[in-house]
Amino acid sequence: MEALFFNVDHGFLEGIVRGYKAGLLTQAQYNNLTQCESIEDLRTQLSSTDYGGFLANEPLPISTSTIADKATQMLVDQFNYLRGNAVEPLTKFFDYITYAYMIDNVVLLITGVVHERNTQELLERCHPLGLFETLPALCVATNVEELYRTVLIETPLAPYFRDCLSAADLDDLNIEIIRNTLYKAYLEDFHAFCQTLGESTAGVMSAILAFEADRRAINITLNSFGTELSKERRARLFPTVGRLYPAGNNTLARADDVDQIRAACEGVAEYRTFFDSSGGGGQNARAGESSAHLLGDEDGAGAGAAELEDRFFAHEVHLNRLAFLQQFSFAVFYAYVKLKEQEIRNVTWIAECIAQDARDRIHDYIPTL
Amino acid sequence: MGLYTSYYAYGLPLFVTIVIGLYLLFTGSGEAFNVGRFLEETSPYAWASVGIGMCIGLSVLGAGWGIFITGSSILGGGVRAPRIRTKNLISIIFCEVVAIYGVIIGIVYSSRMTNVPDTLLYTPNNYYTGFALFWGGLTVGACNLLCGICVGVTGSTAALADAADPDLFVKILVVEVFGSILGLFGLIVGLLIVARADEFAAPAAAVVSPFVTLH
Repeated sequence: MEALFFNVDHGFLEGIVRGYKAGLLTQAQYNNLTQCESIEDLRTQLSSTDYGGFLANEPLPISTSTIADKATQMLVDQFNYLRGNAVEPLTKFFDYITYAYMIDNVVLLITGVVHERNTQELLERCHPLGLFETLPALCVATNVEELYRTVLIETPLAPYFRDCLSAADLDDLNIEIIRNTLYKAYLEDFHAFCQTLGESTAGVMSAILAFEADRRAINITLNSFGTELSKERRARLFPTVGRLYPAGNNTLARADDVDQIRAACEGVAEYRTFFDSSGGGGQNARAGESSAHLLGDEDGAGAGAAELEDRFFAHEVHLNRLAFLQQFSFAVFYAYVKLKEQEIRNVTWIAECIAQDARDRIHDYIPTL
Repeated sequence: MGLYTSYYAYGLPLFVTIVIGLYLLFTGSGEAFNVGRFLEETSPYAWASVGIGMCIGLSVLGAGWGIFITGSSILGGGVRAPRIRTKNLISIIFCEVVAIYGVIIGIVYSSRMTNVPDTLLYTPNNYYTGFALFWGGLTVGACNLLCGICVGVTGSTAALADAADPDLFVKILVVEVFGSILGLFGLIVGLLIVARADEFAAPAAAVVSPFVTLH
């Protein structure tokens, strides 16, 4: 039934976002990029793609972070164009997409403040999609309640914070707990919102969000080994919208090692392959790590975890690509943002490999198309 | 839809109808529901005019619906792939044709309308013409409405597919062509229905329905 009325409000934007998607790098273009000898070569190659002259005015030694920043800026411009032309309920849907970045920014800023980093520097590192007016004010907060009262109550994240108020102090462990609690609330809220948007959106989005939820649950479990996070608290961080919920989540909550995680994922055919050769090696390396890296800090994790992370990304890309097979749904907007983000990561990775002359690893990107 | 919503939408009207119906039946005025009388009393002109109106109205509704579904996708897809704009006008034309079917049938039908005095109107031939125009118009209108939506949705998909991969255009166009033929079926049947219906004409000797009161 979406076909009858979807195009009244959103047909134009769907056409646009599909046009954007057609501009994503193809496999042939990736091959050309990996052949590049230097960053200047890379820039020349990119200028023949959808990126155009996005690096044209940069002074010459171009750093990889500049490439990432400029590419992200392109994504942000496209996103803002889409959001500017959207009407309800698509506007709300776009807002939901930004909430994830807002959560990341909030956590980044709090972590930075706890470690007494320079605020200005932190603000520059924030993702531009997740910026909001009162974000800089977060720097003054010293405990959770103050954080909530002074800043977050004004933002759309306020309802998600309800479960975090029990955490009293801002230390590394608590910050990670806050991040995951926020994310759990966000995913559940987003999932519920998608269910109201009609069948096709609900169907595609629940597949994507369910995977996101499961990925978080698995990551939380993996990273909580050897930390002081109790199993009950761990169980409370698992989102309830994934395909592992409820049986798999229960098993995850009791898991003590990677094998038990693998057992928890047995129930879902797609997840079985994730663990085929990963784990084992990475496990010991991670056990001694500090609790600061419960999630998201990929640099410190072992090789097995990195491989697992790559497989997660590959599966996410796969799901996002599937979203484009369905017309008349909002999922294409979400999928496009995620695919573009992955592409930016790929380009940055290739640029990094070229800059550091690590040719053997240059093919480790995750193709988006 | 919640329980109460569906109750107020379906249950309550049905209940009220049943109560009123039973009241009339048990108080001896069950004759108020006289379908035959309604059909005979209503002027054949009313049937014919409503039929023609439905025919053109529903056809234009279908065509307009199809055009906005297709059109907005062509606009959106055309931003990044301007080459699709001319080719995909075919989809718009397919939708437009649906409205033209409605116009053709409307013209054919309205040619049956001639002026006959009220006293001479209620003859079996004129009844037949009235009913034929009504149901013929409804057939054509419904066919064209659905055909227009069908062509619109496939046309929108054709535009987006063409923008992503030019090879797909012809293939999806085939689907669209078959969709647009559906409207033609309605047109043919609509013509056949009125083929044997004569124009409204005054009979040699007036035969008046017993239900019609003449002034």
